[in-house]
Amino acid sequence: MDLQDTDNDGQQHVVSKQPPLSKASTPDKDERSESLEERPPLPPRPTTLSLLNDETGPRTTLQAEATTALSRTDVGIQSSEVAGGPFSTLAARSLPHSPKAKASLSQLASSRGSEAGDSASIRSSVPNTEAGDVEALFMDFAASTGSHGQAAPGLLDFPEFAADDIDDDGIIGEFEAVGELNEEGDNEDVLLQRWKAKRKHYIILSAAGKPIWTRHGDGGLISGYVGVIQTIISFYEDADDHLRGFSAGDTRFVVLTRGSLHLVAISRMMESDNQLRLQLEALYMQILSTLTLPSLTHLFSVRPSTDLSRPLQGSESLLSSLADSFTRGSPSTLLSALECLKIRKQHRQAINNALLKTKANSLLYGLIVAGGRLVSVVRPKKHSLHPGDLQLLFNMIFEADGVKAGGGESWIPVCLPGFNSSGYLYMYVSFLDIRNDIESSAEITKDESVAIVLISPDKEAFFEMQAMRDSLVEQMEKSGSLREIKTAIDKGRPATTDIVPGTVLHHFLYKSRANVQFTMSSYAPEFSSVTRRRRLMSMYNNLHASIHAKNTHVKVHHCVSRSATSFGWVTPVFEFYCIAEPNTNRNALAQSASKIAQWVQREEERLFIIGGAVF
Amino acid sequence: MASRQAPGARPGTRFAQFKLVLLGESAVGKSSLVLRFVKDQFDDYRESTIGAAFLTQTISLDDSTTVKFEIWDTAGQERYKSLAPMYYRNANCAVVVYDITQAASLDKAKSWVKELQRQANENIVIALAGNKLDLVTESPDKRAIPEADAEAYAREAGLLFFETSAKSSINVKELFTAIAKKLPLDQAGPRNMRAAPRPGVDLRPEAPGTQGAGACNC
Repeated sequence: MDLQDTDNDGQQHVVSKQPPLSKASTPDKDERSESLEERPPLPPRPTTLSLLNDETGPRTTLQAEATTALSRTDVGIQSSEVAGGPFSTLAARSLPHSPKAKASLSQLASSRGSEAGDSASIRSSVPNTEAGDVEALFMDFAASTGSHGQAAPGLLDFPEFAADDIDDDGIIGEFEAVGELNEEGDNEDVLLQRWKAKRKHYIILSAAGKPIWTRHGDGGLISGYVGVIQTIISFYEDADDHLRGFSAGDTRFVVLTRGSLHLVAISRMMESDNQLRLQLEALYMQILSTLTLPSLTHLFSVRPSTDLSRPLQGSESLLSSLADSFTRGSPSTLLSALECLKIRKQHRQAINNALLKTKANSLLYGLIVAGGRLVSVVRPKKHSLHPGDLQLLFNMIFEADGVKAGGGESWIPVCLPGFNSSGYLYMYVSFLDIRNDIESSAEITKDESVAIVLISPDKEAFFEMQAMRDSLVEQMEKSGSLREIKTAIDKGRPATTDIVPGTVLHHFLYKSRANVQFTMSSYAPEFSSVTRRRRLMSMYNNLHASIHAKNTHVKVHHCVSRSATSFGWVTPVFEFYCIAEPNTNRNALAQSASKIAQWVQREEERLFIIGGAVF
Repeated sequence: MASRQAPGARPGTRFAQFKLVLLGESAVGKSSLVLRFVKDQFDDYRESTIGAAFLTQTISLDDSTTVKFEIWDTAGQERYKSLAPMYYRNANCAVVVYDITQAASLDKAKSWVKELQRQANENIVIALAGNKLDLVTESPDKRAIPEADAEAYAREAGLLFFETSAKSSINVKELFTAIAKKLPLDQAGPRNMRAAPRPGVDLRPEAPGTQGAGACNC
C-alpha cells in the first residue's frame, strides 16, 4: 500500500520539522522530556550536555536582548496577575517550551524498545511549532523556560486535550467584551486586567502609531500598549530590519506590515507564526474589502497621520467576527480552502442549470451558500473564485450580524481583493427560509441558513439581481432543488464511523488541493463544545505546521500524546489530517486514513464543486 | 409608479406602492425603526447596517386603501454617502432620522434634508424622526435636542415631524401612516408616469461608466 511506503520514507525526512536554525537547540528539550520518562539514556550530544550542565548560563545572555527584556516585564506581569484566575490552568498548561508539552513518536518508539537511532530521527507533535523561530530569535530564552517545566514532571498530557471542559468559561470569556471606561476612569485597572486575561489579541495600528482597531478593549484603554508595540516595531524598522515576530514567556507576537499598516497578533494559544500571519493577512484583506487598496493608499499618502478608524467605522464587527472565528479555530482558514455542501451530482447539476438559465446580464458571480458551505457557483469562464475573497464574504454574511439582522435583502458595495483590490463590486444577498414549518419561530441557526449571493460590477443592478433571485428560487422550487438542499443540510456532515464502520478515527479533515476545497467529519458529538472544538483545531494546527515544514512531495506525520493521536498525510493531490484515541495502533490509523481517502475519491463529485457552472 | 390598481383588486379599493428611503447619521436607529415597522421587533444590540437593506411593508390606511412601502434602509457611515443618490433618486418619500440624545445628529439630518430638497424628486415627502425617545423618558437629562427646536425646524422646512422610539414602539406606526396619508393616493404624479416599467426604484446610472475602477467587464 502506498501509505505504508511513504510512511517509512517520510520518517527519514521528518527530522527538520522545524526551521533549520532551530535544529541545534530543539533536540535538547526533547531529550529532557524523554529523560522525565526515565527511559534508557540516549547517546549524549554535546549541545545537550552543555545546556543541562549550565542552566544558569542562558539567563545572563538574555539580558543582552533589549526587546526580550521589555516584553518580559510586560507579559510577566500579565501572567502573574492572571494566576489563580480561570485562565491559570491553561496558562500553566500551555507553556510552550516546557517538556510536558511535548509528546513524540520517539517516546512511543522507545517504550517499544526500538533503536535509539530510530527514535532520534522522528520528531513530531511539538505543540508549539514556532519554537524554532523563538529560539532563532532568542536563543537562550527558550532554554531557560524549559527548566521551569522540569519542576512539574509527570504530566505528559497534550496540553490542548488534557483536561475536561473545566475551562469552558475560559474560551467563552475570550469573546466577551472588556467593557468601557466609566466617566471617572476608576475602573481602568479592572478593565486592563480583563484585557490581559484574553489569550488572543489582534491590534491594527498605522505606521504613525495610531491605533486603528483592536479586538479587545478600545484604543483609549490600551493606548500605552499600542505605543509600546509601535516603539518595538519602529526600532527594528529604523535599522531596516523588519520585525516579524517575537516571544515573551508563553506569548507569541507576530507582526505583519502592509503599506502604512502594522497588524499584530498576540497569541497564547500555541499557533505557529505562519498560521498567525495568515490570520493577519485575512484581517488586512477585510480592510481592503471595505476601503479598496487605492483609497487606503490615498488616505495615508495625503495624511500619514490619518485616523483610519473613521473610514472603517461600521466594519469593526466584520473584523471582530473574523478574529473570533480564528480564535475559535477555523478549518477553512487553516487549510485555505472552502467547504461545500455534500449533494448528489445530478442535484448539483440541476442547481447549476437553474443558475445558468436565470443568469442576469450584469452578473459576475452567483453563489448559493448554506451556512458557510458552498452549494453551487456560477462564474465567467475567465474568472475563478478566490477562497480568501469567499472567506470574507461568508464571514460578512453568516458570522457578522450586520447583514442578517437587516431582515431583508441587502445590497452591499464590497471589494474582493483577490479578484481586484482596486474597485468595488456590488453584492446582492437574500436569505431563503427553507424550513417547511413556517410557524416555528425558532431562530434559524447559522448552519441552516441558505443565502443567495449575486455579485455584479454594476452598482445600479439591484433590481436586476432581485429579479434573477426570484426566478432562480422559482426554478429551484420547481426542480425540487430547494428540498434537496434542505435534506443535505439536515443530514449534516457524516461521522467518521458512518464512512468507515468501527474506525479508530474521531475526526478528520480532507483537502483536495486541485479544487481548493475541503471536507470533514461532523464535530458532534465529541467536539461540539467551543472548548473541545478549539482543542481539536489546535491539534490540527500543530499537525499542519509540523507536516508542512517538511520538504518532500509525500509527507506523513504521526504524533502521539497521552490524550490523543494525530496523523497527517500530504500528497500532491490531497491533504489529510485526523485525530484518534491515544495509543491508537499505527496500522489501524493508516488503514482508516486510506479508507477515508478512498471514500472521498469515490464521492468526489458530491463533496466538491468541480468546475461549477461557467458562462 | 406611485399609485396603481392592484391586479384583481376589488372595485372601490385602492392599492398604492411607494418608495421610501431612510437617511441619517450612523447609530441613530434607522434600522431599528424599520425593523419595528416591518417585523415589530427590536434588538438592544444591533450591528451596523452594511451597505443597504431593502424591505417591504404593506399597511391599510382604511377599509379600502392599502399602501405598500418599498423601503431602502441605508447605512449611515460616511463612506457609503456617495451611494445615497442611488437610493433617494426615485423615492416618493424619505424618513430622515436623528438621535434626540446626540446634538450633532440633528445637524447631519438637516444636511440630508437639504440634499433631498435639492436633488431628490421635487414632490418628495420628507419626515423628520427624532429617535430614542425611550432614553429620555428614562432619564430626561439625556435629551440633547429640545422637541420644540426640532419641531420648529421641521415646520419651517415643510417636514412631517415625530419623536419616536423604536424600542418602546412609540410613534413608529404613526410616522409611516402619516407619510402614507400625505402621499398622493389617487393620481399618479406626472413624474411617476415615466418611471420604471416595473414597480420599484429605477436605478438608472448617474453617468455611464460609474462602476468601480477596474471592475470586470465581462
